[in-house]
Amino acid sequence: MLSAKTRYTQLTEHLEPEEMIINMGPQHPSTHGVLRLELITDGEIVKEVIPHMGYLHRCFEKHCESLSYQQIIPFVDRMDYLASMNNDHAFVMGVERMLGIDKDIPKRIEYIRVLVCELNRIGSHLIAIGTYGIDIGAFTPFLWCFRDREHIMNMLEWASGSRMLYNYIWVGGLFYDLPVGFEERCREFIEYFKPKLKELDGLLTDNQIFINRTAGVGILPLDVAINYGCSGPMLRGSGLKWDLRRVDEYSVYPELEFDIPVGKGEMGKAGDCWDRYKVRVDEIVESVRIIEQCLERLQKELKRTPEFDPRAKLPKKIIPKEQDFYVRAENPKGELGYYFMTDGKTEIPKRVKARAPSFNNLSVLPEIARGVLIADLVAILGSIDIVLGEVDR
Amino acid sequence: MDFGEIKNLLLNKFGSGVLVEEQTTGLQHALVIDPEQIANVCLELRDNEQTYFDFLSCLTGVDYGVEEKKFGVVYHLASIPFKSQLTLKVMKEHDRTSDILPSFQSVCEVWRTAEWHEREAFDLTGISFEGNPDLRRILLPDDWEGYPLRKDYVAAEEYKGIKIN
Repeated sequence: MLSAKTRYTQLTEHLEPEEMIINMGPQHPSTHGVLRLELITDGEIVKEVIPHMGYLHRCFEKHCESLSYQQIIPFVDRMDYLASMNNDHAFVMGVERMLGIDKDIPKRIEYIRVLVCELNRIGSHLIAIGTYGIDIGAFTPFLWCFRDREHIMNMLEWASGSRMLYNYIWVGGLFYDLPVGFEERCREFIEYFKPKLKELDGLLTDNQIFINRTAGVGILPLDVAINYGCSGPMLRGSGLKWDLRRVDEYSVYPELEFDIPVGKGEMGKAGDCWDRYKVRVDEIVESVRIIEQCLERLQKELKRTPEFDPRAKLPKKIIPKEQDFYVRAENPKGELGYYFMTDGKTEIPKRVKARAPSFNNLSVLPEIARGVLIADLVAILGSIDIVLGEVDR
Repeated sequence: MDFGEIKNLLLNKFGSGVLVEEQTTGLQHALVIDPEQIANVCLELRDNEQTYFDFLSCLTGVDYGVEEKKFGVVYHLASIPFKSQLTLKVMKEHDRTSDILPSFQSVCEVWRTAEWHEREAFDLTGISFEGNPDLRRILLPDDWEGYPLRKDYVAAEEYKGIKIN
């Protein structure tokens, strides 16, 4: 069927005498899940990286062919399972826009959505930083990150009933209002977390061993990043101020104050692993700022009232008009997009395709890992911060 | 540049044959492009200083159904400097009984990210892309039979002796 040889065959059929193929994964601690990397090596130098994925393919799109919009939300949770709230938010936003009800959502609901999304963003970045530390030999940050993330997990479990896969944000509203006392508990957490974040920052950011391992390694130039469809901290680490929360101004983000951290090449060159790490740390600080503003509003002008029903606006039947619609939102990992095709007759979409940020971010790996040491490959892969659930969907 | 201006720009540059259809019914409008010119159109849209669509957000392979006998590809473009978005589509008639897959021009040379997206479209919908240097299955195993997102796909009863249900 395909006459010409694929690049894979060209690369692997003839090896030079000094070259060797090394298989890394799918069961390897530094591949962050079931990713298999085929390395063509010359001694310690990686000449070529060929990623193989699909080990965690759960047929998301095939399932969507027979599920209604509300039923898809739990499946969406399981894509980037470290940031389920953000996945839900993007999906729900797309459906609401297609239905034309996105402007009628009460402010309190929007603020709760942003609050839980930002909490989840902190959780996701904490995993990224913690596991990145352990990838290159720092054990303590891993434990500290998981300790602090546990508080977030507990809070979100309190709100939604589930630890990681929340199904909390629904089309037109929420599963439930926040539990009584959530805002106070969240404030306590923020007060606890701020000094902890400084501690964590001091442990890694200025650590000379850490800098030696990451600064100037895996430099991703901005034009390559854009051409490969990188987004999120990958793109911002290369020095571009591009955050869909500001670009698209969705939800209540225009009303909130926060900055967009970018990589400046402070330790090495712009777009190296250290920059990508630093962008994530700075984004946690910004997320904390957003959460504080949300709490402020949720406790004052948007206070909980006995009449408030987060399910009041839920549409009885979700049947958008016949159209194609692409929605994108800023996930912790980058631009998450959903492409909907609807027929305007049934509650089941004709097609839902997910554009996963990890999938596109990973595709740049063979480009930036060419010619590095095997140990640096681990550092580069860790700094991309992939979640295999989302790469394979 | 808004949607109409981009349309006129393409018509001026490539002639009236380039535009097959204009879909303006939904919230997001789309241009249906002649499949033989899609790679050049994409290159022009990327390099033209007035449009500068330097970011390919998404590429989707679509099976339009058994009765329609049509396959297509949808491109979602984004411009970082102009903060704009654009949807392009290409479609081809294809009789799904034949062994030759429906084939479209690859846009790998324009955006490298398209390579993996096209592999995914090939893997799941069975659309071939001329010019993609590495068109292999990406999510499914290499020896998988059939293309699961085709509307006439029937799930296999077993895979390597393991029963599926």
